[in-house]
Amino acid sequence: MTHEPPFGAHSRRKSKYTPRVAPGAGGARTSAMIASLDAEGRETVAAPFGHALRELAAARDDIVGLSADLSKYTDMHVFANAYPDRFYQMGMAEQVMISAAAGLAREGFTPFATTYAVFASRRAYDFIAMAIAEENLPVKIVCALPGLTTGYGPSHQATEDLAIFRGMPNLTVVDPCDAVETAQATHAIAAHPGPVYMRLLRGKVPDVLGRYGYKFKLGKAQTIRDGRDVLFVSSGFMTMRVLDAAERLAADDVDCAVLHVPTIKPLDVETIAAEAAKSGRLVVTAENHTVIGGLGEAVAGALMRAGVHVPFRQVGLPDEFLDAGALPTLHHQYGLSVDAISASVKSWL
Amino acid sequence: MTADPAKAGSNVSLARRAWAIRRNALLMGEVQGQGYIGQALGAADLLAVTHFHAMRYRPGEPEWEGRDRFYLSIGHYAIALYAAMIEAGILPDDEIATYGMDDSRLPMSGMASYTPGMEITGGSLGHGLGIAVGAALGLKRKQNPAFLYNLLSDGELGEGSTWEAVMSAVQWKLDNLIAVVDFNNQQADGPTREALARTPEAAKWAAFGWYAQEIDGNDLNALVAAFDAARAHAGPEPRVIICNTRMCKGIPFLEAREKTHFIRVEPDEWTKALAILDAEKPE
Repeated sequence: MTHEPPFGAHSRRKSKYTPRVAPGAGGARTSAMIASLDAEGRETVAAPFGHALRELAAARDDIVGLSADLSKYTDMHVFANAYPDRFYQMGMAEQVMISAAAGLAREGFTPFATTYAVFASRRAYDFIAMAIAEENLPVKIVCALPGLTTGYGPSHQATEDLAIFRGMPNLTVVDPCDAVETAQATHAIAAHPGPVYMRLLRGKVPDVLGRYGYKFKLGKAQTIRDGRDVLFVSSGFMTMRVLDAAERLAADDVDCAVLHVPTIKPLDVETIAAEAAKSGRLVVTAENHTVIGGLGEAVAGALMRAGVHVPFRQVGLPDEFLDAGALPTLHHQYGLSVDAISASVKSWL
Repeated sequence: MTADPAKAGSNVSLARRAWAIRRNALLMGEVQGQGYIGQALGAADLLAVTHFHAMRYRPGEPEWEGRDRFYLSIGHYAIALYAAMIEAGILPDDEIATYGMDDSRLPMSGMASYTPGMEITGGSLGHGLGIAVGAALGLKRKQNPAFLYNLLSDGELGEGSTWEAVMSAVQWKLDNLIAVVDFNNQQADGPTREALARTPEAAKWAAFGWYAQEIDGNDLNALVAAFDAARAHAGPEPRVIICNTRMCKGIPFLEAREKTHFIRVEPDEWTKALAILDAEKPE
């Protein structure tokens, strides 16, 4: 007997298990949340956020930490172990964690609050908006599993977190690329007087930007690599992907520039518009996020308003609840892998 | 100057303070011709006790580090708190006429960014107690002995986030936190007790681990005793005072109205209400 999905085409229920040949997945089999982002042959750094926060706390008494039952999964445990009396385990209760962070900020502290991006953006939104952002309090919300960085499925994939938070006044939104940038950004957002949402790459995080002599500056987009045919405008770990794609495309005589935009809001419109206005390049935004409401649309809108009219394409996640599966498989399936980016760019030229 | 009005505040009785709060609120309600006057009249007695008996603050220095904090979750009760803060000298009484008007410092929903002495931005219900948890933690971290008062409403107890905060306050042994629930059994769509199961009130808080008292929130003697007990309680529990109040208390023809959450009052009725109040001015 066949069961038809009750509500039509959106059901993912299959009549039977059919293994697929994972393209470029290297035999990945796990959908576990601890699946590595991109470790093949690359240098990594363990828990860069946690170690940076611990360093910061050594210098600043006002730094306190909170987590909603996810300290070990957001690298907050490094800080918590070093400063147990400055860490507040708030339990599985994101609303009170965010509200309490606001209360601590009211009393002069600089709280770092961690959870998963889905829970901060979807569950705690009203609390972040009214208790923190409306009053411009210096709370730093740092969230693991941004975009598609877990194969657990939509409950844990924060594919629209940037869209949600870009609309919140006063909030600075940061999407770092790698371990070095995560550590630098942790110090930079602590120095910023207002509220911040930062996407977190946790655990063993690749070290990519160091060899380019890059240093994070809050609110600044920076050219990592120049090129004459394509201008990638990217954020988060997608900068690491487009740097690899640029190498790949260079072999096919396609010369790609990479403009890294780790601060999604406020957007560095001046630099982005100036780079896009340099003649003759296809502008390709690349983000670990739905194509709706994230970096791509932010850049498109900024260029339109600046009067910069250029060919424009987006690499990003589709407007769908995504599948469960192994991360490399999913990244390829949804167009975020180096292979997929390279193929897309060639098809657009 | 440390204004501890309970001790330093002359011979003005709490009954007279409550009367003045009601009168200020009526004058503000008249400016707009409508509003949350029912809540203000109902909460006037408990605000007389917080602001003229229980709390330590300096009227001219709303940010004084040693002050007891007063967090108003229920933004629409701003009219009531403004009335109390005007009586306390935190806000000047000549701003009564600006209530809810363009560019006023007294918006209809209380916001920290508009009004001196307004500690938080309320209005989205279920936020205040959680913020209070964090601030109470902060006070302890600073070894500041101030109390943190949070005025919340019965309707607000329907928000799940309130109960996250209820549990958290117990977890952190926040003996410096005093929650005050104005239980008037009225929310936007009707009686609170017909909306979500709300009884038994005090037993529920006590079961969560709070030092809970339930009183007639329009009885000044009961209020004084309850606030004294809440402050003096020796245990590590956070404290809650559930105040059963009557909407529109003190103005009988308004008390009799069925719908009192947001009431419209005819122009001549403001005069009538003020006359009733003025006829019963306490010593």
